[in-house]
Amino acid sequence: MVEKVSTSLSSLSMLQPKAEVRNLNFYYGATQALKQINLVVPEKRVTALIGPSGCGKTTLLRCFNRMHDLYPGNRYEGEILLDRINILERRVDPIAVRMRVSMVFQRPNPFPKSIYENVAYGLRVQGLLKRDFIDHQVEQSLRSAALWDEVKDRLKDSALNLSGGQQQRLCIARALATEPELILFDEPTSALDPIATSSIEDLMSQLKQQVTILIVTHSMQQAARLSDYTAFMYLGEMLEFNQTTTLFNQPLHQQTEDYVRGRFG
Amino acid sequence: MTNSSVQSSKLTRLTTHKASRDLRELAIHIVLFLAGFSCVATTIAIMYILILESTYFFQHISIVEFLTSSDWSPLFDPPGYGILPLVAGTVTTTLVALFVAVPLGTIAAIYLSEFASAKLREIVKPILELLAGIPTVVYGYFALLFVTPLLQWLYSFPAPLLSTWLPNLFPLELAGFNMLGPGIVMGLMITPLISSISEDAMRAVPVSLREGSFAMGATRLQTAIKVVFPAAFSGISAAYILGISRAVGETMIVAVAAGLQPNLTFNPLDSAATITAYIVQVSLGDLPHGTIEYQTIFAAGLTLVLFTLLCNIIGYFLSRRFREIY
Ligand SMILES: Nc1ncnc2c1ncn2[C@@H]1O[C@H](COP(=O)(O)OP(=O)(O)OP(=O)(O)O)[C@@H](O)[C@H]1O
Ligand SMILES: [Mg+2]
Repeated sequence: MVEKVSTSLSSLSMLQPKAEVRNLNFYYGATQALKQINLVVPEKRVTALIGPSGCGKTTLLRCFNRMHDLYPGNRYEGEILLDRINILERRVDPIAVRMRVSMVFQRPNPFPKSIYENVAYGLRVQGLLKRDFIDHQVEQSLRSAALWDEVKDRLKDSALNLSGGQQQRLCIARALATEPELILFDEPTSALDPIATSSIEDLMSQLKQQVTILIVTHSMQQAARLSDYTAFMYLGEMLEFNQTTTLFNQPLHQQTEDYVRGRFG
Repeated sequence: MTNSSVQSSKLTRLTTHKASRDLRELAIHIVLFLAGFSCVATTIAIMYILILESTYFFQHISIVEFLTSSDWSPLFDPPGYGILPLVAGTVTTTLVALFVAVPLGTIAAIYLSEFASAKLREIVKPILELLAGIPTVVYGYFALLFVTPLLQWLYSFPAPLLSTWLPNLFPLELAGFNMLGPGIVMGLMITPLISSISEDAMRAVPVSLREGSFAMGATRLQTAIKVVFPAAFSGISAAYILGISRAVGETMIVAVAAGLQPNLTFNPLDSAATITAYIVQVSLGDLPHGTIEYQTIFAAGLTLVLFTLLCNIIGYFLSRRFREIY
């Protein structure tokens, strides 16, 4: 699949960007966690963020839905363009951003509610009341998350009774229900066993037909299997960004090469 | 010194150290045990006395009469031994207190845990806890001398209308002793208890749940109400239960401000005695120990203890369930 993409889109400059990061600096209080980040997130593709622990992958991911706004003292500089609108601008409502950019976390975090209500949550907080519409979205999202068949008879059961892998797929369904344009995944399979992991990976390759995906992962295999583009981060900087095959086979930097060959990290 | 004698003197030092440390640890162990045991022993002793003395009472008065008769007048002739009027007083004042404390305490907890900055929380929490440390007799006089007059004044406006509309429920004017004033004050008193425990329960909800909610585009209020509150609900309901048992056992406020007349009514505008108020009243009086009249307080006390015990047990299981979720 990666091969096909690399022939059809041979140059990065030809990409149709869904989001674009420009000269982004990010500060936790006084400490700078991201330095002059530039990145293109191509539409309806999977882009992976890799790099050694503490290099700022999570920090960068959480800029895309302005999660950092929740805590005092955090500061952005620079731009993240989502369909050419800078979402970091002060007058942009972070809640409006989060309705377009969903997030799936490292550990499954279903709410202590029913399966149905978990998926419907994003619609409920938007104030939507139409029963038919919500029913429809819940079913569609659960289908897209490859969970419908397993839960369709117990939508009213507590989500906490699901297995870890099912919970993570539920969280994906929850993220899909509001029809986001971009979904952020932060190491979504690191808390799961290999079988659950591969089902989530299958799911993500399916999803990129509908949405743009940005995923943080520690697994080189996962990045290689799943992503079309890969960005390598190092000490808060974006060291290298390229098509996944290129980045893995002909890395430009020594650090990238060491990392993808598993020599550190 | 030869090498071997050095060895052996080292060994003696080591063994004496061990022996003295063992002794010390045994002593500490015993002291700690006694301290812990004294609490348990006190509880057992209280229960023992209550049950023993009530047995004497129940040898003379049937349990059925005690539980069903609606006349509580042990000191009159003919005496009545029905606990219901006292229970009604306790239930009414407790309900009034909960009516105040549950919303207030919950809102305060939501505010402190989900909205207030860490700095503000550090300031407000100790102040709230200070409220819980005010002696209850002070609250009692606050109810009698400040809240009740205020209520009387407020009540005087709708009173003419209300008392013509439903004269049985609404008196022409609010009596100086009533259950509403002390109930409200009792509610204010247990508000910090409820807010503090509820806040702990809400702050124990993992950040990942909140972030999951925010990431779906929820506001702070939506996150607090739709995610944090339900996730913490068993802890919060444990706080409510503890508040109930605190209100049920509260004595001075009602003794001072609710009047001491047993009165089978659930109308907070009436005056009435609670179980606790009755017990103080009799214990302070000059009835000789051993008379049936005097023994009533043990039967009343046992009722009270069983009731609060039940509340605490429910609270305990709720808070345990709440720990199990995370
Ligand atoms: N809330 C915070 N406050 C202050 N510093 C933080 C905070 N969160 C992260 N950092 C720092 O920012 C840097 C980047 O952290 P980040 O979590 O983005 O790394 P990461 O690449 O996701 O690492 P990992 O692979 O271990 O998840 C680290 O040095 C970290 O210590
Ligand atoms: Mg991370």
